[in-house]
Amino acid sequence: MSGDCCQGSRPVPFSRRYFLTRSGISLIGLSTVPAFLQRAMAASPSAGKKQLVVLFQRGAADGLNIVVPFGEPDYYRLRPTISIPQPRKGAADAALDLDGFFALHPSLAPLTPLFQKNELAIVHAAGSPDPTRSHFDAQDFMESGTPGVKSTDDGWLNRALEAVPEEHASPFRAVAMGPNLPRMLRGSAPAIALPDVKQFRVMAQTPGAGQIAEGGFEAMYAQTVDHALRGTGTETFEAIDMLRKADPARYKPENGASYGNSRLGQSLEQIGQLLKADIGTEVLFVDSGGWDNHVNEGGVQGQLSNLLKDLGQGMAAFRQDMGDRMENIVFVTMSEFGRTAKENGNRGTDHGHANCMLVMGGAVTGGKVYGRWPGLNQGQLNDGRDLALTTDFRSVLGEILANHIGVRDLAPVFPGFDNSPRKFTGLIRV
Amino acid sequence: MLKGLPITELSADEAVLHALNRLAYGPRPGDIERVKQFGLAKWIDRQLNPNAIDDKVLEARLQSLPTLRMSTATLMADYPQPRQVAKQAAQARASASAVSARETIEAPVRSGSASGESDDAPSPMKQPAGNVATEGAGKRGVLSIDPNAVPRPIADDSKRPARIVEELAMAKMTRAIYSDRQLEQVMDDFWFNHFNVFAGKGEDRYYLTSYERDVIRPHALGKFKDLVKASATSPAMLFYLDNFLSADPRAAERLAQQRAMRQRMRGGFGRFPRPAPNPPAKNKKKQERGLNENYGRELMELHTLGVDGGYTQKDVTEVARAFTGWTIEKPRENPQFKFDERLHDPDSKIILGKKIHSGGMKDGEQVIELLAKHPSTARFVSTKLARRFVSDNPPPTLVSRMAETFRKKDGDIREVLRTMIYSPEFWSRSAYRAKIKTPFELVASTVRALGTDVDSTMPLVQWVSRIGEPLYLCQPPTGYSDKAEAWVNSGALLNRLNFSLALAGNKVRGSRSELAALLGPSSSADGSQILDRAVQIFLGGQAGPGTIETLKKQLDDPQVMQARLDDPAKPADLGVITGLVLGAPEFQRR
Repeated sequence: MSGDCCQGSRPVPFSRRYFLTRSGISLIGLSTVPAFLQRAMAASPSAGKKQLVVLFQRGAADGLNIVVPFGEPDYYRLRPTISIPQPRKGAADAALDLDGFFALHPSLAPLTPLFQKNELAIVHAAGSPDPTRSHFDAQDFMESGTPGVKSTDDGWLNRALEAVPEEHASPFRAVAMGPNLPRMLRGSAPAIALPDVKQFRVMAQTPGAGQIAEGGFEAMYAQTVDHALRGTGTETFEAIDMLRKADPARYKPENGASYGNSRLGQSLEQIGQLLKADIGTEVLFVDSGGWDNHVNEGGVQGQLSNLLKDLGQGMAAFRQDMGDRMENIVFVTMSEFGRTAKENGNRGTDHGHANCMLVMGGAVTGGKVYGRWPGLNQGQLNDGRDLALTTDFRSVLGEILANHIGVRDLAPVFPGFDNSPRKFTGLIRV
Repeated sequence: MLKGLPITELSADEAVLHALNRLAYGPRPGDIERVKQFGLAKWIDRQLNPNAIDDKVLEARLQSLPTLRMSTATLMADYPQPRQVAKQAAQARASASAVSARETIEAPVRSGSASGESDDAPSPMKQPAGNVATEGAGKRGVLSIDPNAVPRPIADDSKRPARIVEELAMAKMTRAIYSDRQLEQVMDDFWFNHFNVFAGKGEDRYYLTSYERDVIRPHALGKFKDLVKASATSPAMLFYLDNFLSADPRAAERLAQQRAMRQRMRGGFGRFPRPAPNPPAKNKKKQERGLNENYGRELMELHTLGVDGGYTQKDVTEVARAFTGWTIEKPRENPQFKFDERLHDPDSKIILGKKIHSGGMKDGEQVIELLAKHPSTARFVSTKLARRFVSDNPPPTLVSRMAETFRKKDGDIREVLRTMIYSPEFWSRSAYRAKIKTPFELVASTVRALGTDVDSTMPLVQWVSRIGEPLYLCQPPTGYSDKAEAWVNSGALLNRLNFSLALAGNKVRGSRSELAALLGPSSSADGSQILDRAVQIFLGGQAGPGTIETLKKQLDDPQVMQARLDDPAKPADLGVITGLVLGAPEFQRR
């Protein structure tokens, strides 16, 4: 692993031998390798396999205070008490200049070097065109990938997996960090909900009984005539076995990365471990809550600031920890909608429309804020109250899926949306 | 014993087990014998008339959950939000010392966002306890909500608002385990899910206690139309689906004009009347109080006709118009349904081809009548009932028969259930063990199967959440799915297995099972015999041959043999054997 994590040099290819010796399995020939492990090896990333991490900020994060349009006088007019002050050299309580018009909330300081090194891009005034301001509906639309349509059963990320089918996919090809599979990952492609990498195993309650219990369950489910349960059972035990052998929990953060103790920080650390364990993970999902700041959102200090400290620390730590692997990873954030341009009477904001998305990774053409800025004067606001939308979230995700993951036909992933490559912005290098 | 019931494909024992698995939360030790003695048909009949069943044992167990009996107003007063506490404290200080209002801590009244949702709104993985994003609860506890690692007070006097929903969940668990009115509990769960409300949305955490107690439970075996009406006028539903905000877009204009007219008349005598005021702000779109279609849509899509029930987008809008004015009075002090004429759209509506123009609240009432009587509703509700009670893809013949009863008996739920239970399809071999247990059903049936004594149901509630069904926390109005595919995934299966092991191993706090009482003392038999007994008791003696074979192989495992050789007095591990049997594929089904 190269010393300077932010060089962006080509990663050391992970050979199969590397994987096996790391897993503590010594072997003579491939024929002695258990079937599931063979599958994992076939699927696992040698050099070049791409990964995508999706972070969903639930509750409608306030894009205007996250990536601050400080060049816009209306911003300060609309937010007399919660706006972030204009960038000032050496000031810790002012916005952090990105390009002379936009700046980052100071709590996202860990991300500024990434922007400057062109690894982090921002898409502003992005989101879903559907006018709903219901959290539930909007999250649903953003996860199903079909805004306005409620009858879609599955999620866009699952359909993306289907679009790049893998015959011997690892059970960990798609992982959601947490106890439930999010809507985004529901569908026919297998995906695992992983609440805690350290606890994904059969937990017998008496010492010595662990093997009996696990063995007993595995055997029962492997041979049961119950078709549905047999399939799930097999997957489960393969996954447990794989996770045990790969032991992702043993990976410590590298390059001085420090994730912090929050739920998000811990989840990101575990994502890092899963990626290092090389068990065929391609797509990872994590969500973070608490962004719905109607009251006491605050400006430089306040609820939003706390959330951003957490987010900034986590994302920067992840990048640092990944080192050269970051070449193959794209990390994208999204939220169901943004918030009102004008602050309300409670030092907060209400439900809005367009938002900002952060996109980080080796293949990202960073150091830029993408999207057409619509402005914040009264006539330019959506419904007279929100940031107007100029980039559909599906364009951003589409470009990532096409150029990074290699999805050739985006139509089934985002039905009803015109995602032609002509419209790509260059956000993701092919 | 099976007199009158159309049972031809199942044995007597199977039939009783089937009934206990479908119309109840599974058998407790001895239940099968008791029902056989009593008579299955008689037992069913009794369950269909729960008021005749004495449930004092259950009621005693619920005494420790005081919020269940409180009115919403009392809940709001006694379990205030933290900032409300500050407000109350400040007010108390202010009145005590006559300090000016400026020193009162800010009392933020949430400004009218279009959907009225609060700070604590949705995170589907959020547990009912505070802001997880910034809680640094330590590396271990934060990610894995291990019910055994995080101590929880059994009695909680803190009066946190979260306690209200916790008590609801604990009560639900207690009822499923201990109530003798089992079918009533099953129907409660069914209807709450059908008319789902999410506890995590703002004020709904206060409204749900009354919703379940006063809206759902009284009508669970009554008339469907009454359920719809009660739900439509409940603060819980009005808030959850935003109808309390829904208003005729012209209402503001009308009010302004009326006000202006009154002013002009007042100032009129002996003076020139003031000119009419300018029409309201140019920005016609900017309405905080406009028509909200959320409830109108879900009423048809989810509550009555079903998504294929034959309504159009236009119908959705028209229904929404009919329900304008159905709102909540004093939502934060003493929430009550109120029909506010000023917000109501008085013009006529056309819904499903019918003209509705009765005026006032009658518009909405007529819509409910229309929808409740619609043939699609009979079919949709019957299908859902059949899916819950018979199989994921219920036989069309059965559904038709139930729908017919629904129509003929004016949506009488008890009668529809009777039709279902007295149909041969209900007792068919293909229906037997056809359903996968939901997480709630799994936990409840496991506890019942073991005859577990439960002191505190909170850890059990946490397990249900871990396995994938956080109670009262289903975000979308669709409610939790009733189909196998929603519940069968790797993470969930692993949690089910771990739950069985934990409960059987007596490692779930607040629960205690006496396995020796069920299976005989461990010293008296070898593992194989105990296994046979466990399969008999918990799986009705019916496990796939492969299941028993593989388990026996495990028990012959050298490790276990070694242990016994070393210490012949060491008993076979009842907990492990029981855990294995309760985690078997057969026990995942009902």
